[in-house]
Amino acid sequence: MRLNLDEVTVGYKRVPVLKDVSCSLNAGEVLCILGPNGSGKTTLFKTIMKLKQPITGVISIDGDDISSWPFDKIAGNIGYIPQNYIPVFPYMALEMVLMGRTPRLGMWSIPKAKDIEVAMESMRTLNILHLKDKAFTKISGGERQLVLIARAIAQRTKLLIMDEPTNNLDFGNQALILNQIKKLSQKGMAVIMATHVPEHAFLYADKVLMVKDGDVLAYGKSKDVLSEENLIKLYGVNLKLMPVASDKYPSFKVCIPGVV
Amino acid sequence: MDIKINETNNKNLMSIRHTHIKKKFTFLTTIFAIVFVTSFTVGRYPLTIKQLLDFLIFRFFDVSKDLPDVIETVIMNLRLPRILAAVLVGSSLAASGAAYQGIFKNPLASPDVLGASAGAAFGASLAIYFSFNHYGIQLLAFIFGIVSVMLAFTISQRIRTDSAVALVLTGMLVGTLFSSAISLIKYVADPFDKLPAITFWLMGSLSGMSIRSVKFACIPILISLTVLYFMRWQINVLSLGDEEAKTLGVNTERLRLIIIICSTILTATSVCISGVIGWIGLVIPNLARLLVGSNYVYLLPATMVMGGTFLLVVDCVSRGLFPVEVPLGILTAFIGAPFFIILLYKGWRE
Repeated sequence: MRLNLDEVTVGYKRVPVLKDVSCSLNAGEVLCILGPNGSGKTTLFKTIMKLKQPITGVISIDGDDISSWPFDKIAGNIGYIPQNYIPVFPYMALEMVLMGRTPRLGMWSIPKAKDIEVAMESMRTLNILHLKDKAFTKISGGERQLVLIARAIAQRTKLLIMDEPTNNLDFGNQALILNQIKKLSQKGMAVIMATHVPEHAFLYADKVLMVKDGDVLAYGKSKDVLSEENLIKLYGVNLKLMPVASDKYPSFKVCIPGVV
Repeated sequence: MDIKINETNNKNLMSIRHTHIKKKFTFLTTIFAIVFVTSFTVGRYPLTIKQLLDFLIFRFFDVSKDLPDVIETVIMNLRLPRILAAVLVGSSLAASGAAYQGIFKNPLASPDVLGASAGAAFGASLAIYFSFNHYGIQLLAFIFGIVSVMLAFTISQRIRTDSAVALVLTGMLVGTLFSSAISLIKYVADPFDKLPAITFWLMGSLSGMSIRSVKFACIPILISLTVLYFMRWQINVLSLGDEEAKTLGVNTERLRLIIIICSTILTATSVCISGVIGWIGLVIPNLARLLVGSNYVYLLPATMVMGGTFLLVVDCVSRGLFPVEVPLGILTAFIGAPFFIILLYKGWRE
């Protein structure tokens, strides 16, 4: 699996929101997208999912331009987890996970026993099988996020896009979600995620894309891109990176804002 | 919390849930069967279960058996068409309500909200005004039902806002437009002949149902119900919202169109054989949701069975409880409105 974005410009009604994004992602890699609110991260994701057409540029998977792909083929290749998402009807968690099997079902059929097996298996992978008969609308934000990740696993795609997966979660749930993402990438899944926390990029990203005011500020390997200079430019505040070495994360740094 | 569950437990968990649902369906179909049989006995000419059995034996096994003609007439010409029509119309209105609710992500949606009922009623009123025959009434009701939904749908597509809310709003506008048009027809209609016919028909009734009307209605109704039944998983996914459904591989525009067409055929056909019977499309799907959950795999069949049962009961009440037959639309409103207020208080979100 290899995703390629070649000078992609995205926006609404031909007014660009984010210009000239070029990046690539291989199986097992995690790409973190950092950028202030309104910098076009969600618009970029929606364009990759074909919910919007790119204004210019080509998005391809394994060299194949996806602009001509129907929705079921897109869904067979890319899993997408939107921000803060709550449906109107109180589906059970297991039913939500089962929805991930839809691209593999015919238009006229319902999930079979095997699909239910797959859905339960992916819930078990995340240790959330006990949630299966609970209403998705009634469980906590962290649990909802885990159920949606389980849905993406049940979807059996090689690429997963997550729009701020740790938004509105407490510290423990953030760590839980990010560790699961890390595990998925170690199993070969390519992951793109937007985040507002630079430390998350230090901990989990192989590549980083920084976007600001409609332009790409920096793109590359995380250790090259995540510099004090770039982060100051990105967020427009003074900050300092303090190295905190550990065995597991030898290059981890803490980002302390407001220090001169 | 780390819960480890092995394969066998896993299967048990699945089957527990499955038997749970199965029991509920056994319950629903048993009630339906009881109501179906009992409803043959209710009416101006009451029958006993024994007379009913005698008739069945006479009809299918022992032709020599002596039976008064009036019983055959009552059962075959009066009760049977009426009962079949009640089941068809009840299931149709309930199923179309459930489908509309799913695709518009709105538990308060129903055939009435989309303007489908009003459009079909206008078409039928127009046909009655011009003294069209039976087929003409059915045809015009269907055409204007589709026209009103398509009108609401097309206008909502051009409004740049949340498409689900826009559709409900434009549906209400189109509905109001057609209701006014019906008033206009009533205003100019012959007050001794056409006006009572239109007015009484609009209130909804299954009396005077013929087996020919039932045959005419059952083909479009059965086809549409079958299509909805086989697409019920896709309705689940569509109810998550357009973007969400697309990222799960659903061609939302095409699916929504198919479901709108089927639901509108159900509504229009119901309206032309029985007039406007409100509330079923709103109340029954929500009641079914409380019973079997939100998953359309179970919700849609439950809605069909419950809708048929409900209208059978209401029709029995209409012809059995009062000295004069009360129009069905009035009864469903009397039952539906208070019931719905209770639903709202208890909170269908629970």
